[in-house]
Amino acid sequence: MTTTNTISRTGGVDDVPVVRLVACGSVDDGKSTLIGRLLAETGSVPEDQLDYARRTRRGGSTIPVGEVDYSLLTDGLEAEREQGITIDVAYRHLYLPNGRRVIIADAPGHEQYTRNMAVAASNADVAVLLVDADRGIRDQTHRHLTVCALMGVRSIIIAINKMDLVRYDHAIFEELTGVVKAAAARLGLDEVSAIPVSAFEGENITKSATKMSWYHGPSILDALANWEPPPADHESPFRMPVQFVSRAEGNFRGYVGTVAAGTVHPGDEIVVADSGQTAIIDRIVTFEGDRDEARTGDAITITLDREVDVTRGDLLAASGATASGETAWPQPADRFSADLVWVGEESLMHGRSYLLTIGPRTIPATVTVVRHRRDVVTGQQLAARVLETNDIGRVEIATDTAIPMDAYSSIRETGGFLLVDRVSADTVAAGMVTHALRRSLNVVPHNYEVDRDARARLKHQRPRVVWMTGLPGSGKSTIADAAERRLHALGLHTYVLDGDNVRTGLNKDLGFTPEDRAENVRRVAEASKLMLDAGLVVLVALVSPFRNDRRAAREIFDADDFIEVYVDTPVEICAERDPKGLYAKAASGNLPNMTGVGQGYEVPEDPELILHGGGNLDEQVDTLVALIVGE
Amino acid sequence: MSVASVTSNDVLDALEAEAIHVFREVAGAFQRPVLLYSIGKDSSVLLHLARKAFYPAPIPMPVMHIDTTWKFKEMIAFRDRVAVELGLDLRIAQNLEAIAEGVTPYTHGAQEYTRLMKTVALREGLDRYQFDCAIGGARRDEERSRAKERIFSLREAGHRWEPRKQRPEFWRTANTRLSEGQTMRAFPISNWTEFDVWRYIRRENIEIVDLYFAKPRPVVERDGTLIMVDDDRLPLREGETPMMKSVRFRTLGCYTLTGAVESEAADLDSLLTEMLESNVSERAGRLIDGEGGGSMEAKKAEGYF
Repeated sequence: MTTTNTISRTGGVDDVPVVRLVACGSVDDGKSTLIGRLLAETGSVPEDQLDYARRTRRGGSTIPVGEVDYSLLTDGLEAEREQGITIDVAYRHLYLPNGRRVIIADAPGHEQYTRNMAVAASNADVAVLLVDADRGIRDQTHRHLTVCALMGVRSIIIAINKMDLVRYDHAIFEELTGVVKAAAARLGLDEVSAIPVSAFEGENITKSATKMSWYHGPSILDALANWEPPPADHESPFRMPVQFVSRAEGNFRGYVGTVAAGTVHPGDEIVVADSGQTAIIDRIVTFEGDRDEARTGDAITITLDREVDVTRGDLLAASGATASGETAWPQPADRFSADLVWVGEESLMHGRSYLLTIGPRTIPATVTVVRHRRDVVTGQQLAARVLETNDIGRVEIATDTAIPMDAYSSIRETGGFLLVDRVSADTVAAGMVTHALRRSLNVVPHNYEVDRDARARLKHQRPRVVWMTGLPGSGKSTIADAAERRLHALGLHTYVLDGDNVRTGLNKDLGFTPEDRAENVRRVAEASKLMLDAGLVVLVALVSPFRNDRRAAREIFDADDFIEVYVDTPVEICAERDPKGLYAKAASGNLPNMTGVGQGYEVPEDPELILHGGGNLDEQVDTLVALIVGE
Repeated sequence: MSVASVTSNDVLDALEAEAIHVFREVAGAFQRPVLLYSIGKDSSVLLHLARKAFYPAPIPMPVMHIDTTWKFKEMIAFRDRVAVELGLDLRIAQNLEAIAEGVTPYTHGAQEYTRLMKTVALREGLDRYQFDCAIGGARRDEERSRAKERIFSLREAGHRWEPRKQRPEFWRTANTRLSEGQTMRAFPISNWTEFDVWRYIRRENIEIVDLYFAKPRPVVERDGTLIMVDDDRLPLREGETPMMKSVRFRTLGCYTLTGAVESEAADLDSLLTEMLESNVSERAGRLIDGEGGGSMEAKKAEGYF
């Protein structure tokens, strides 16, 4: 017997009243039938829906009218049926006889829907992974196992289905189970059990099998009814992200949130992980009255014995140290290594600024490096510079401010985050922190005595960054050249960072894809910042076609230091001038990423200054110089 | 199966905590949230959860009722009393134009009536006060298309629901950011079932409209459905005479569109027992859902809540 497992332990219903289950497997492995039968045989679906499943028949169905077609109980949206696609994860309730509730996240089995599988797995405690006994292990089996491991699903129940098609053969069951268990072990999944079932015949679903005398383990229903979480769960240190600070009559000041991990009591010392401030819990307030304990999942309001500086998004955590001598709370850091599941329609661009949302906190963040992309079938790490929809990969992330985050593998709630597109507001990725990068903890900026102000005073000037954006051939370099000569004559210390010139050195490794353009802009912005710090007036002449990239550049400067100048020249004039012959090349199809031809140019929405590259050069330069020296 | 085993207290505690978390996230993340209140049992549960979520502070957002003018009289009286008792900032949204034009369920058909008096009124109400997030009592077990509904459900300009643009929901972490024209709907009791709602009402002693309990009421039988004659606006068809029957309502909407069930269940316990025995979808009594396959989905695409 190799089906010994951890799920046959007894009890645990009170500890885990609601079990979240993800059902996964390839398209034809019989998932709908298995879920449908579980729902029907536990009385979890109303009678009229059963009636529907008795009367309705889809094309190709061989089930006689009058019998329940279980797969119909999980039928989806009309839009899905009409368009023959599966859009989304569905959530269904399973009532267990022992009072436990199972919420089944039913993820579509098509391989292009890795993102849906990831969503379903992100909340799941247990996965039921279906394998067709007749057709055997498939790519999708490995893919789903990988996603389960990545998203932190702790227990896997392998359901070897369609045993009726292989004459309930014990050897086939053992063989398939062996392959999946080996794959699971490689992924670090250790709570793995296997059950031979026939969803179609109802063997081992809610009732023990009658046709597999060689099997003595639980049915699917029993396995779910007796499931217990791994013991480590109860020992997590306390974490609570603050949703908001509540103020009520009588100077009441409470910190509102849901306990993400651990247990707390009045009298416990906690720390605001963001600032390191400590305080003692005074009360745990709820509508029913004060509590003497709160545990993972409880929605509470905490009052503290002293005033601390806390706002929405801050993390309250256990103070003290762990057994290994580290602080029991995560130290703020601004560089992280993380795994991403890319769900956005546009590809990931490193260097582009996104919003990072973790619990109730949202801050700007940049993906600085793509380390590798994961082949979800073989587990191989592939070299990659971008991540596309449904890709999974390891990246490094830089946040604008240092924040405390846990490793996802230890606490999901405080180690899992979203990346959000700044303009469309779409969620583009789910991220799982692997660790804060050491160098961010070790790199402590040294404050030099001679600072920017001192350098600027010596030069008798106000350092500025003037960022000129516009189409190729719009006249950016020409204006910059003329303006710099004028400023130089006035005795100002200047430097021009010209797009083409920078690409011959600092950025010679970059091309013209959107993601390389983002990195190009990031590096030029950082170089400008150093020059600003050196006290210079910096003129940047860079196509920088994308709003998001320019916004990211602007954000690293103080508001007064950055002047965005849009050199507005009609594309016909740019093409006619064509100083570098680019428009001619693009027209002949040799320059697919040419801005204004193959790629779009996003006009600045709110630049400090608009110059007309088609107008009189001296007038444009007058206006620009006046802005730089005049204020 | 017993009532207790369908929903244990521990299950209710977990569902309650999840709902409170959603309420608080809405209050923390949005500028102008609103709680949609339909006077039904789910709304009564929502109000109760809102009080718990913000205690000891009061509910920090207005409450809006979409009044079609065809609700049961008892519902309106209940609404006005609760608003006073809880000190609610109650807003009432109506499609005044349609009311002036004399739109009724009879003159315009149930579907067009619902679009004008509920969907359009809701959209106008949300726009008038510029609410950026509306909390509603939808549940995933209610209807097939709802099984795929998000807890935070995004609406495009014009309050359109686009299945393809819904955001993936990872963990408890919600992306509450909105781009130009977008608004949000939030459903704190998404993961509750009808039994959960009833058991919670019993456990927490939540007051609900009396129409949920059986009582002799004047009804007519029409197309196989029992319709209560709540006032003299119901045009009686030939041969129809109101008769007194002991009936209750499983869901509450406009009285002319809400079917009653014959029942003797005059209190919560007998009601729960009766429901467990019959085991029929609750929306089966809603006449508007049935028109055209997947019509709930079609209504949602237009902005219905």
